[in-house]
Amino acid sequence: MSDTVLFTIITLSAIGIIAAVILYFLAQKFKVYEDPKIDEVDEALPSANCGGCGFPGCRNFAEACVKTDDLDSLFCPVGGNDCMSEVATILGKVVAEKTPQVAVLRCNGSPKHRERVNTYDGAENCTIAHNLYGGYTDCSYGCLGMGECVDSCNFEAMYMDKETDLPVIIQEMCTACGACIEACPKDLLELRNKGKKDRRIFVSCMNEDKGGVAKKACDVACIGCSKCFKACKFDSIEMKNNRAYIDFEKCVLCRACVKVCPTEAIHEINFPLRKPKPAVEKPASTAEVKDVNLVAEAKKNTENAKVETKVEKEDTNKQDENKNNETK
Amino acid sequence: MNKFKVSLSPHVHSGNSVNKVMYGVIIALLPALFVSVYYFGLGAIKVTLVAIAASVFFEYLFQRFMIKGESTIGDGSAILTGLLLAFNLPSSFPIWMIIVGSLVAIGIGKMSFGGLGNNPFNPALVGRVFLLISFPVDMTNWPKPQELVFSLVDADSGATPLALLKEKVGNGETVANALKDIPSYFDSFIGQVGGSLGEVSAAALIIGGIYMLMKKIISWHIPVSMIGSIAVLQAIFFLINPDKFADPAFHLLTGGILLGAIFMATDMVTSPMTPKGQIVFGVGIGLLTVFIRNFGAYPEGVSFAILIMNSLVPLINKSFTPKRFGEEVTNG
Amino acid sequence: MLKTFKLGGVHPPENKFSAGKKIEQLPIPKTVTIPIGQHIGAPAQIIVKRGDEVKVGQVIAKAGGFVSANIHSSVSGKVKKLDETVDGSGYRRPSVVIDVEGDEWLDTIDKSDTFDKEIKLSAEEITKKVMENGIVGLGGATFPTHVKLSVPAGKNVSYLIINAVECEPYLTADHQLMLEKGDEIFLGTQLLMKALGVTEAIIGIENNKPDAISHLENLAKKYSGIKIQGLKVKYPQGGEKQLIKALINREVPSGGLPLDVGCVVQNVGTAFAVYEAVQKNKPLLERVVSVTGKSVKTPINLMVRIGTATSELVEAAGGLPEDSGKVVSGGPMMGKAMADLTTPIAKGSSGVLIFRNEEAGREKIHPCIRCANCVSVCPMGLEPYLLMTLTEKHDYDRVESERALDCIECGSCSYTCPSTRPLLDYIRLGKSTVSKIIRSRKQ
Repeated sequence: MSDTVLFTIITLSAIGIIAAVILYFLAQKFKVYEDPKIDEVDEALPSANCGGCGFPGCRNFAEACVKTDDLDSLFCPVGGNDCMSEVATILGKVVAEKTPQVAVLRCNGSPKHRERVNTYDGAENCTIAHNLYGGYTDCSYGCLGMGECVDSCNFEAMYMDKETDLPVIIQEMCTACGACIEACPKDLLELRNKGKKDRRIFVSCMNEDKGGVAKKACDVACIGCSKCFKACKFDSIEMKNNRAYIDFEKCVLCRACVKVCPTEAIHEINFPLRKPKPAVEKPASTAEVKDVNLVAEAKKNTENAKVETKVEKEDTNKQDENKNNETK
Repeated sequence: MNKFKVSLSPHVHSGNSVNKVMYGVIIALLPALFVSVYYFGLGAIKVTLVAIAASVFFEYLFQRFMIKGESTIGDGSAILTGLLLAFNLPSSFPIWMIIVGSLVAIGIGKMSFGGLGNNPFNPALVGRVFLLISFPVDMTNWPKPQELVFSLVDADSGATPLALLKEKVGNGETVANALKDIPSYFDSFIGQVGGSLGEVSAAALIIGGIYMLMKKIISWHIPVSMIGSIAVLQAIFFLINPDKFADPAFHLLTGGILLGAIFMATDMVTSPMTPKGQIVFGVGIGLLTVFIRNFGAYPEGVSFAILIMNSLVPLINKSFTPKRFGEEVTNG
Repeated sequence: MLKTFKLGGVHPPENKFSAGKKIEQLPIPKTVTIPIGQHIGAPAQIIVKRGDEVKVGQVIAKAGGFVSANIHSSVSGKVKKLDETVDGSGYRRPSVVIDVEGDEWLDTIDKSDTFDKEIKLSAEEITKKVMENGIVGLGGATFPTHVKLSVPAGKNVSYLIINAVECEPYLTADHQLMLEKGDEIFLGTQLLMKALGVTEAIIGIENNKPDAISHLENLAKKYSGIKIQGLKVKYPQGGEKQLIKALINREVPSGGLPLDVGCVVQNVGTAFAVYEAVQKNKPLLERVVSVTGKSVKTPINLMVRIGTATSELVEAAGGLPEDSGKVVSGGPMMGKAMADLTTPIAKGSSGVLIFRNEEAGREKIHPCIRCANCVSVCPMGLEPYLLMTLTEKHDYDRVESERALDCIECGSCSYTCPSTRPLLDYIRLGKSTVSKIIRSRKQ
C-alpha cells in the first residue's frame, strides 16, 4: 500500500518537475519583448475596458499611450484628469487638463407630458422600434423608453425611471465613456461639460417638428420659439431645425433662458432653488424636483454598490458639500 | 379612439408554443407508461409520480431562489424530465434515490445552466447516469414483469437480457448459449421483459414516435440514423463472429435504444439544429452505443452515447450549416 | 402538375374573406394626402406649389433620379398645402395635400373602359411610357418598373415571370383583378414581353385560386407565349427568388438579382398598370386594395385613388370594428402595422387588414428551446435563431458571415417559433446594422 502511495507521489512530482522545466525553456524561447511601461500604464488605468477612449480595451489604450508623442489626443474618460496625469508622469510626458463631462438626456417626454397614441408590441429594443416607426407618441424624436442606453452602460450609471419611462443618469457614476450615446437610436443623449459645481443648463428636447406639432405631441417640447435665443446675452444659444441648442462651452450658467422658456424645455441641474418672488411665481420646474430625487437616488445607489472606490467616495463627499453650500 | 398595437411583421403566429411541444411529447410517452404500469404495477406508478413531483418541485425551487425569474413549471418541461427519468429507472427503485436523481437532473442537468433551452446535456440522462454510477446495485435490480399485479411487494428480480448477455459472454460462453433463457423477440416487442419502466415495450415507444412525427414535434433524422447505424454496425459484428456478438434485432429490441432514439436523442434542446447535423448526431450515438455495448464495461450504452454526443452538438451545429438558398447555382 | 419551391416555407391559414367580392370603386374623398416617398429609390421632387390647380393624372412630383418614379395627382382640385404628414411608419414625410374639386382628368388620358388590343409602340416607347406614368411594382416592394425593364448590357432575359401567387393570407386584390381584368393583364404581359424582348412568359398562380387559374387558362389560348402554371400553396411563394425556383428551377445566387438567372419578375397588378399606362396613357393613380379581417363586417375589394386616407376604406367595409387591436397595411406576414387610420393609401398598399384585439398582441417571449423549426422553415436556408442571438450580442461580423443579408424578411421563422421569439425583429436589426457597416467599409 505504502509503495503505491510512494510511487504515485514520485511519478506525479517527476511529471511536475519535467513539465515545469519544459515550460520554462519554452517561455524563454518564445518570449516577446514588451515595453514594461505598458504594464505600468495599464496598472494606472481603471481596467473598465469600456471602449470609451476609442480603443477596444485598457491594454490597447496603454499601448497607444506609450507609443504616442502627443498624449493630448488620447483621453480616458473613466479615469479622467487624475488618471491621465498619472499616466503622463509614468511616461514623462505632459498632458493638458480636460473638462470633465457627463451624459445628459435630451428628452423629458414622460407619459404625463406626452400622450401615448399607440402601443408598441414588438421586441424590446429601441433600435428595432426606431427602425420600425416614430414611436408610441406623436413625437417621433423622443425617447422610446426601452432602455437600450441602460443596457449599454458598463458603470451602472443609468436606470429606467418606471414613472417617467425615461432613463436617468446618475451623475456620480457616469464616466462619460459615451456608450449610451452610441446606443441611443434617437441620438437623445449628449456628453456635456459637468460645469461649475456640477451645474448644467441644457435643452431637454430634440423635437424638430414645427412648434404647433411639437407642442401638440408633448407639453414640454422645445417649440423653437427663439425666446431663449433672444434672452441669451452670451451668444451661446443656437436655433436650428425648430429647436434650440445651448453650447456648453459658451454658456455661463446665468439661467436667463430657463426663465423665458414657455414649455420648461430648458433644464437647470444642481442649481439652488430660486428665492420665491412675490410676483408671478412659477412652480418649480419638474427638472429641479426630479433632480433632488435624483441625488437622493444616486446616494442610495452608491451606498448599495458594494464596490466603493476612492474616486466615488470623493465624489459623493463633494456632492454633500455642494448640498450643504446650497442649503446655506 | 383605440390605441392600435404596432409591431414589425409578421402579425400572425402559428399558435405553436413550448407548452404544446412539451405536452405533445408527454402524450407520446403515455402508451409506454401504460405498458409499464400493466407489467410492473404500482411500482411503476410510484416511481413515475415521485420522479415527476420531485422534478417539478426542484424546478420551482431553483427558478424561485437561484435564477429568480418567473416560475417556469407551467411549461411542462419539468414534468417531461421527471417522466423521462422515471422511464429510465427500475420499478423497485427506492423513493429517496428517485428524489436525489431528480435533484441532479433538474439542478445540475438543467437549472445550473440557466434553465430550459440552455442545458447542453439531456437532464433526464444526467440524472440517470448519476444514479447508475452512484447506486449501481439498485439501478440494475430489475423486477420481472408480472401482468397486472398491483402490490408493492418486491417481485422476483433478475437481470435484463443485455446484462445476462454481457455476463455470460464475458465468461466465455457463446451468444446462442447465453440467450437461451431470454424472452422471445415478441415479448421484447410488446414489453414483457425486465428493465427500466419505459424501455421495455418497443411497440409502445414506436407508437409514441409515430405520434410525434405526425405532430411534427420531431423529425425522422435522428431516430432513423441512430437505429440504422446500430443495425448496420451490429450486423457487421454479428457476421464476423456470431458467437461473440448478438444479432442486431436483439440489440434493437432490448435495452434503451428505442427509448433513446425516439425520446432522448431527439430532445430539442440538446440535439443539432440542421437535418445534416442531426444525421451525424444520430449516427454518432449509434456507433458509440454499439461499441459500449460490445466492448465496454456496461451492458447498456445508450445514455452514455447520447451524453457524449450532446457535448459535441455545438461543434456539429457549427460544422453542418443548412443548405443556403442560392449557394450552388444550378441553372438548368 | 403543380409546382413549388423546395426549401422551407410555412402554410398559414388563408382566411381569404374578401375572395370573390367584386372590385368596387371607392368614392373620391374630399382631400387626399399623396406621400412623396412611395417607392424604393430616390424620393420624387415636388413641382407644384400651394394653391396650384391640378387635374387627375397631372405630375405633382418628378422622379428624383433613374431609380425613382413620377408621382401624379390622383384627383383634381387645389393643392391645399405641402406638408409633412405622418406616413405608415409614424415618421413625418413630405407629402402633397389636395382638396378635391370635381373629377377633371387630363385630356391625354383615355378614361374609357374599352379594351385596346393593338400594340402600337416599340419596346423603348413602352419603357418610356411606363416610366412617365410612374409605374412601380405593386406587389408591395414598390420598385420602379422601368428600371426592371431596362436590362443592362450583357444580361440575357429569357423569361418574364408574372407573379400572381398572392401567397399572403387574407389578401385577395390580385385574385379579383385576375378574374375581372384577365384580358388587360394578358395584354400588359405582352407589353412587358415586348419591352424586354422575350418570347416566353409564365404566370404563376397558387392553386387556392382555381377559378383564376381556369379563367386565365381559357384566355391564354388567345395570346401566344404566355403559360399559366399552377403552384402548390406555400408561403412565401410570392418571393421573387422562391417563385423563380418553383417555376423554372433556377436559384438566384446570394446577393444577386433575378436578372442573373435570366428572369424578370413582375406582379400581376403591375401588368395591369402597365396595360393602362401604355394603352390608355393612364398614370398609376389608383389601385386595388382588399379591406379585410376576421371582425370586419363586409370584407371588400376596392379600387382606391392613391392618397385616400385608410379610414375611408375602413368605412366602406362597414366601419372599424369595436374590438380592433391592430391595423396592418399589406398582408399579415410582411405588412406594416399602422399607428393610426389617417395614413394614406400609397402605391404599395395591397390591403388593409384589421386584427381583433385578442389576435393582435404577441405572446410572451420564452427562451429558445432549440427546436430548429425556424431553420427548417427558412426559405433561404438561414439559421434565424443564430442570427438573432448574434445580433443580440452585437457580433455583426458573424451576422454578416451567416448571410443575414440573404434574408427576405418573409417572417416564417417568427411565425413558427414555439417560444414566440421576435426572430425577424432582430434579424432586421442585424441586417440594417450590417448594411451600415458594409457601406462605411466601402467609403
